[in-house]
Amino acid sequence: MADRYIEPDTPELRARWGNFTWTEANAAKAKEVVARYPEGRQRSAVMPLLDLAQRQVGAELNTQGWLPIPVMEFLAEYLSMPVIRVVEVASFYTMYNIAPIGRFHVQVCGTTPCMLRGSDDIIAACKSRGMKKGHITGDGMWSFTEVECMGNCASAPMVQINDDNYEDLTAERMDAVLDALARGESPKAGTQDPARHTVEPVGEPTNLAAMVTANHDYRSEW
Amino acid sequence: MPKVKVDGVELEVPAGATVLQACELAGKEIPRFCYHERLSIAGNCRMCLVEVKPGPPKPQASCALPAAEGQEIRTDSEMVKKAREGVMEFLLINHPLDCPICDQGGECDLQDQSVAYGRGGSRYHEHKRAVTEKYMGPLIKTTMTRCIHCTRCVRFSEEVAGVDEIGALYRGESMQITTYLEKAAHHEMSANVIDLCPVGALTSRPYAFEARPWELKKTLGIDVSDATGANIRIDSRGREVLRALPRNNDDVNEEWISDKARYQVDGLTKRRLDKPYLRRDGKLVQATWNEAFAAIATLNPGNSIAAIAGDMVDCETMFAARALVGALGSTLLEGRQTGMDYDTSSLAAVNFNTTLNGIETADAILIVGSMVRWEAPTVNVRLRKAVKRGAKVFLVGPEWETTFGGEFLGDDLSALGNLPQHVADALSGAKRPAVILGGAALGRGGLEAALALSAQFNLVRTLEDGSAWNGFNVLHMAASRMGGLMLGYAQKGGIADLVAAKPKVLISLGADEVDYAKFAGSMIVYIGHHGDKAAHSADVVLPASAYTEKAGTYVNTEGRVQFADKAVFAPGDAREDWTILRALADAFGVSVGFDSFDALRGAMVAAVPALGTEGLADYGSALPAGGGSPVGAIAYPIKDFYMTNPVARASETMQRCSAELLHGVDFAEAAE
Repeated sequence: MADRYIEPDTPELRARWGNFTWTEANAAKAKEVVARYPEGRQRSAVMPLLDLAQRQVGAELNTQGWLPIPVMEFLAEYLSMPVIRVVEVASFYTMYNIAPIGRFHVQVCGTTPCMLRGSDDIIAACKSRGMKKGHITGDGMWSFTEVECMGNCASAPMVQINDDNYEDLTAERMDAVLDALARGESPKAGTQDPARHTVEPVGEPTNLAAMVTANHDYRSEW
Repeated sequence: MPKVKVDGVELEVPAGATVLQACELAGKEIPRFCYHERLSIAGNCRMCLVEVKPGPPKPQASCALPAAEGQEIRTDSEMVKKAREGVMEFLLINHPLDCPICDQGGECDLQDQSVAYGRGGSRYHEHKRAVTEKYMGPLIKTTMTRCIHCTRCVRFSEEVAGVDEIGALYRGESMQITTYLEKAAHHEMSANVIDLCPVGALTSRPYAFEARPWELKKTLGIDVSDATGANIRIDSRGREVLRALPRNNDDVNEEWISDKARYQVDGLTKRRLDKPYLRRDGKLVQATWNEAFAAIATLNPGNSIAAIAGDMVDCETMFAARALVGALGSTLLEGRQTGMDYDTSSLAAVNFNTTLNGIETADAILIVGSMVRWEAPTVNVRLRKAVKRGAKVFLVGPEWETTFGGEFLGDDLSALGNLPQHVADALSGAKRPAVILGGAALGRGGLEAALALSAQFNLVRTLEDGSAWNGFNVLHMAASRMGGLMLGYAQKGGIADLVAAKPKVLISLGADEVDYAKFAGSMIVYIGHHGDKAAHSADVVLPASAYTEKAGTYVNTEGRVQFADKAVFAPGDAREDWTILRALADAFGVSVGFDSFDALRGAMVAAVPALGTEGLADYGSALPAGGGSPVGAIAYPIKDFYMTNPVARASETMQRCSAELLHGVDFAEAAE
């Protein structure tokens, strides 16, 4: 978190993003988003629109996207609100990237359940490819962030890469995913354990086993 | 009116009060950082924890908890003591121990409260957080490592100033307070965040490392940079005024002052006139007082003498000059330096009748020819409050960036006689309608037209609750204006009457905005404190005292009589203005009837009794009928907010503000 910083406002940045405006499709979407909020409360749309803007930038750069200062200014203008309020929101939530990002944004969960299930190996696998916290690898492919719990503890350890989660990882499975991504393929999102479909129990159910096939009233047994 | 029990004492508190306010009513001190009476409640510092029953069995933030019937509040229990110690310990975790080099030292809430409520020692051995400095302009010095995230500055600029430019970036421990892209804070009230900051994160840049608060002599004064008469405290050491701070006065400036009022004081030591000067062969040369007086007296003007009062002079000075001019048989007195000649036969017609406090409650306001933000920043704050309460505001005049919205009706005065239907409807439908007339419209026939509006919309009325409402207001820009008008500093034709009279001697009481070229035949005697515009045209310069160097009576734009004390002595040979005028009387061989300041004040009060009592002078509520249909585009008289008077023009701080904030000059930050 502490390594988050806003990409400085430079003339180059202004030249690149100064005339940012919605694409035709996004303009319609933005309008629809703003219309969700009551009259006079349009600025409530700032969060979905920041996301939309980030995605548009991402589509242009073929990454997850990020929010340059001129884009935030465009949004402030669009919602007629002070820029500082937009920047406050964008800098508060870590899912808004406020500095340039690589082709794939690898967010490894390092919170306790994932750590117990071996997230340290996953992090090592990332680092062996040259990923470093808060940096983009030299080839522009990878950005790496260690994040807190993403809510996939039942299939820990996990990473989130751009919009997809990859779960039940081991160092080898992680390598396979990263290799596939590097080749330009789209590996299957979700669990990487071939024995698992989603987050159902691994192997036979160990509790509530009597309920697998039919409803069963456990109350008398308590 | 809920009844609550605070530390066992039962009391009744107003409906809507918070637990913190209830405790204060009970006389208990509640430590706090983020809570501030004039800002919204944030509840993020947690310092105001108290024990409240009924409620969860844990301490609660009293600032954000409404007082309710039957609450039992304890501020003295073990739980509260421990809670305060704990919060204080957390606050100090990331606060540097740099009090010895911190400008807030001695007037720091965190310092005081850690002594009073802290545990007296640290158990913290880890690294402390450090935050990079943020640039906030020429007035605000930042040391953001000291910030405790109370967000008072953010709330002030958003709620009171109405200029959203300070924000809190990032989150949690990494939160940083900054202006957008570290641009300079860009409004007229920006430096008030320095007073609001409970720690040394935002301190005064011009005052940096100048003095400790306990070294300073504190004198109660009145600000003269605009006509609102903001109450200030003048902090001085030795012969130098080091800073001006606002005093609380809910009727006048609440607890804010403009940046100009706060920072023009460093101009009090620059470009000062500290010796008499005489013009000899076209050049001003130093002279003694006797030579100067002799030069004036030998002219033997008789009744061919006139006086012009400047914008910053006190009533005593104006009365002394009036006595002198009167003793010589003349009545040529004028204070409206730029030549305005509006009718002053009724003072109620040129007064801010609604009062500064009252304008907050207006529900429809028509502003004619006033750029309130620059002409009276503290009134602008009131207008913003009025709009927040639902007032509709319409403005006639060139467009400026208001902080309260409002609709501009064009810059032509003819709009007054031809108000759009919805504006007329708003004014006639309002319970408390008000018109504010500014300097741009006053001298252009706007006064009469506005008076006609006053009659049309019945601005003077009795409200439903029986109280009187007078919605007709004139917003002046000169601190001396209302006092001057009460003392008769107004000719029918304005300054043109003085020009036409061709006086042999023209006494200029710090009047720097007059076009002296028109007085080419007169001997111009300048009694003032700064070598500014007028001193260049003067034939005799008599060094006098600035507003911090003399006691005086001031009347603000709402007719409020206020007294100021003398903080320091004038530099060099400069004297208090009234003594100069008294000595001039001797030189002319006439008697003015006073030999001491008390006698002068006594004579003034005898002549104008209202000047003797602090508070609103009563001008009555009867307004002249007005009429006329003025036309023509108007322009605001103030071109540069930071450069409106000789003191401000001499101030390096104001010069830098003007250059950087208004003219976009880039000052490279010195490496720190």
